[in-house]
Amino acid sequence: MKRIYVNEEWCLGCHLCEYECMFANSGLDEMFKLKGRTNEFIPRIKVEGEDGNDIHFAVNCRHCTNAICVKSCIAGALSKDGEGVVRIDRDKCVGCFTCVLVCPFGAIMPAPDGKAAQKCALCTDNIMGEPNCVKHCPNNAIVFEER
Amino acid sequence: MKYVIIGNSIAATACIEGIRSVNGKGGITVVSAEKYPVYGRPLISYCLLGRVKRENMGYRPSDFYQKNGAEVLYGRTAEKIDPEKKVVILDDGAEIAYDKLLVSTGSRPFVPPMQGLDGVSKKFSFMTMDDMLALEGELSADKRVLVIGAGLIGLKCVEGILARVKSVSVVDMADRILPSILDNDGAAVVQRGLEERGVEFFLSNSAEKFEGNVAYLKNGGKKIEFDILVVAVGVRPNTALVSEAGGEVNRGIVVDKGMHTSLKDVYAAGDCAEGFDSSTGSNRILALLPNAYFQGNIAGVNMAGGIALHTDAIPMNAIGFFDTHVLTAGVYEGEVIADVHDNVYKKLFIKDGCLVGFILINDFLRAGIYTSLIRGKTPLDEVDFALLEREPRLLAFSKQARKEKLAQRV
Repeated sequence: MKRIYVNEEWCLGCHLCEYECMFANSGLDEMFKLKGRTNEFIPRIKVEGEDGNDIHFAVNCRHCTNAICVKSCIAGALSKDGEGVVRIDRDKCVGCFTCVLVCPFGAIMPAPDGKAAQKCALCTDNIMGEPNCVKHCPNNAIVFEER
Repeated sequence: MKYVIIGNSIAATACIEGIRSVNGKGGITVVSAEKYPVYGRPLISYCLLGRVKRENMGYRPSDFYQKNGAEVLYGRTAEKIDPEKKVVILDDGAEIAYDKLLVSTGSRPFVPPMQGLDGVSKKFSFMTMDDMLALEGELSADKRVLVIGAGLIGLKCVEGILARVKSVSVVDMADRILPSILDNDGAAVVQRGLEERGVEFFLSNSAEKFEGNVAYLKNGGKKIEFDILVVAVGVRPNTALVSEAGGEVNRGIVVDKGMHTSLKDVYAAGDCAEGFDSSTGSNRILALLPNAYFQGNIAGVNMAGGIALHTDAIPMNAIGFFDTHVLTAGVYEGEVIADVHDNVYKKLFIKDGCLVGFILINDFLRAGIYTSLIRGKTPLDEVDFALLEREPRLLAFSKQARKEKLAQRV
């Protein structure tokens, strides 16, 4: 299965992936409409490294082969689909954040309303169909491929 | 191969998935005392709270058992294991033969002897779907509720019912709430949040006696009138099936790292089992839902002829009360690094050059990075701990470690 992989030496820390992620999962039809509303959305990808730092890289769900979040979820809200994508069922999630407690990558976070968790599903759960962060990364600092 | 599983909660589900993950062939029979397909027990408080609908409480899709070739005997309990004949005898007298058996019988509420308790009408435990449904049937805006026990179960119950009743009082013998996961100051943060919402606490106290639906407290002699009593003092592991069959039982059913009991071809997992806790280096019951899954899954793999060991179990908990979230892991020993301000309470515990525990209240983003350091017993000189101290991040790891985490399949 294709996953997102990081080339950290090429990441400038521009945070474009975070905005593209927010947009992809916002349901908005134009990205500029995020203006003034970015506090309503939380990106499912996070760029590490503060401005001015030499090192930057983006982190999102690794879709682990042996996903500890799926095993730990108290609600059965996290599951792996036939392809291997780790998904979250918002109707089942109760927002206990056990997944946040166990994810070794820090790749699951509370949704904006704080009542459920959210995570990357490789844009298979929105209109984009494939990772919007990768599509718009100017430097190939994240790629979507088989490894 | 005939697999039999006693119990039908998380460890049982994980066992079924473990058996099938290594292409274990053969029928699986599940003995389920409860008449429901598996559901996450901790969801009962969220259901009362309105956070999850009753129909969404299934832990697995409705075709789970059928897809996995498992037959569930609903409403049946196991009375006896005969390890010589390798059969389980049920309450209706039926004998089920097994080649490999999992005991995942969980725990039951512990109700201490309290004078006059028999005379209390409307008293409940809070562990199962039926407990929840029975309690829910009594909730109304004019009811006063008394909860005995300020632990995880008692307080999640409080959260679930608070908006649906007139008042909630909580009594506990301990000097703080959530004594199993929090220190004094951390507990005070959570208690304050609950008190602001109207919960009344009576700590370092106990109900000395009941006269009808009136409780008399031991210290101070206060009397509390109530309409509904919830007893959530603690739980006891269900170990009798194994001890009566001659298997080794301490507090829980003793298992090795592969979840074998001392009885041949009998495994145990979940809240009834006493397995290896890597944070203390000794066996103990870790009655936590994720641990039930880990153990059950490992049992299933081994039952089906695979090899799996549970070597990195640690206590860990994520629990929320309204907007206050508490994430904890490991043990609270060694050097303490604390960050406490407003409603944030963060403590990291460092011992022998490793992170061994943490308490995170209202500052928990990416906590799993800390948890992985504890589980992996990662020496802190391999990471930039000054960076990690402020917040969990992968930047604190070496370039090579980051590459392994982010640039290859995991």
